[in-house]
Amino acid sequence: MSAVLQPVVAFGYWLWGLLAAALAWVFGNEIAPYIMYGVKTLLLIVCIVVPLMLSVAYLTLWERKVIGWIQLRLGPNRVGPKGLLQPIADGLKLLVKEIIVPSGSNKLLFVIAPLMAIMPALAAWAVVPFDPEMVLANIDASLLYIMAITSMGVYGVIIAGWASNSKYAFLGAMRSAAQIVSYEIAMGFALVGVLMAAQSLNLVDIVNGQSSPYGVFGWFFIPLFPLFLTYLIAGVAETNRAPFDVAEGESEIVAGFHVEYSGMTFAVFFLAEYANMILVSLLCALMFLGGWLSPFPEHWGVLGKSSFLWLLAKTFVVVSSFLWFRATFPRYRYDQIMRLGWKVFIPVTLVWILVLGAWMQTPLWVWWKS
Amino acid sequence: MTFQSFIFYFLSSVLVISAVGVITARNPVHAALLLVLAFFTSSGLWLLLQAEFLAIALVLVYVGAVMVLFLFVVMMLDINLARLREGFWRYLPLGGVVALLLVVEMSVILLSRSSGFGDTALPPDLPAGYSNTKELGLLVYTEYVYAFEIAAVILLVAIVAAIALTLRKRKQSRYIDPAAQIGVRRKDRVRIVTMASEDRPDGRTRDAGDGKEGRQA
Repeated sequence: MSAVLQPVVAFGYWLWGLLAAALAWVFGNEIAPYIMYGVKTLLLIVCIVVPLMLSVAYLTLWERKVIGWIQLRLGPNRVGPKGLLQPIADGLKLLVKEIIVPSGSNKLLFVIAPLMAIMPALAAWAVVPFDPEMVLANIDASLLYIMAITSMGVYGVIIAGWASNSKYAFLGAMRSAAQIVSYEIAMGFALVGVLMAAQSLNLVDIVNGQSSPYGVFGWFFIPLFPLFLTYLIAGVAETNRAPFDVAEGESEIVAGFHVEYSGMTFAVFFLAEYANMILVSLLCALMFLGGWLSPFPEHWGVLGKSSFLWLLAKTFVVVSSFLWFRATFPRYRYDQIMRLGWKVFIPVTLVWILVLGAWMQTPLWVWWKS
Repeated sequence: MTFQSFIFYFLSSVLVISAVGVITARNPVHAALLLVLAFFTSSGLWLLLQAEFLAIALVLVYVGAVMVLFLFVVMMLDINLARLREGFWRYLPLGGVVALLLVVEMSVILLSRSSGFGDTALPPDLPAGYSNTKELGLLVYTEYVYAFEIAAVILLVAIVAAIALTLRKRKQSRYIDPAAQIGVRRKDRVRIVTMASEDRPDGRTRDAGDGKEGRQA
């Protein structure tokens, strides 16, 4: 902690102590610690969600800029300096727009659907480590927790498609349900490879398992390369991004599951999709690309130090590759998606898990050993 | 009341209410969604018992995959409430007998002293570094390895059988072999032939026009 921040930190501690004293005075010494715990957790959640929402907002701008450059356009450059206020303008526009509930729809489920989409997209961040210490809940089975929570994201899409009482929305929901269930299997197997290599389900341990004196050579994407590719592509499919975005498929089914949504309800789906995209990229960086570890050997001074900034940079690269995919590949046909998931990815991951199991028993396995 | 028992009663009441909702909801989609809620809350109850692997696996498998497929089917149903209610009185006696039997059986087990329910102690405090997943894996792959593997094989047979039973060759199927599609080379589709140029029948060469042919007057 630098000397400049010292007074700020001290002031924070003083405020915290003041709050604790006030709560103890109001509620008594019995209940006050519980309330303090709740307040502390809430503050930490805000510390994660606010930067996440900001990065989602600026990811949309970055996406439009990158795709613009790839297509030899300028991208948004009118609102604010260099177009930097564009996401704010978009958000304001969505906020003040009218929310239209279709007359034949199931009103309750129509409103619940966006919540079902954003809830898992945010809840998964509870166990994501940003640093060996910087993690809200360092639970034992954090990898399993993330898989379980993200697997619930599909309900938002399905319920939205059904509750809208629209043929296009329903088709989108059906496509999405089948696609996500299929790719979850391949994704799960890819993660089995990771937990085999790291011999842990805890994300902090998984990153620590990739540390070596040789920097980049200790990361798991080298021994698990087929699983790394599978995870990356299945991640694109899981988040319904192009070229796997048949659930939206605007050229065939208008906008798929969210065709009837407008204003803020649409924006919530949008937020969930981008938050999921960042989450998948961050997990990719954590599990295969060494997380906060430096790609350079340890003795390279500052460059060799592990830092949160490395994690940020790696996540940024993976997220940008998602945008690159979108600008490059045409949309898959539905049967091709199913074929890729079931007939290519699942066999590849199964074979590689077998290879890995055998490999780890031999002295040729030079990566993590517990 | 401790914080834990508060959570327990909260989760249990949600579980009971949603479970009742599953059988009373008129709309099958609502019933399926309430079942999802029931699964989710029961996984919360398992977490309270420190069975984190089972709790997360319940959400992962049942909420994340099985119920999605359930909803997939249920949503395509044509819901006809009048027809659903048609046989209610006819089936009531049989259903009532089954329900009564279930209640009797469960109360025999839960209320009798010899079964030992109700005396079960809380799970002991576990040492630091205890991993539920690891313990379960060790048990399943050492002590119960045969039972586990046989169950896996039975499941596999069931999967293959389910596919084999529903698989039928359709005559109008327009399946295209992707390998054949990718394997196509230029020479399979296009033939480039070289031909000597020929003179026009009227004797003029190609460039010998008056330069106005293409223009519109």
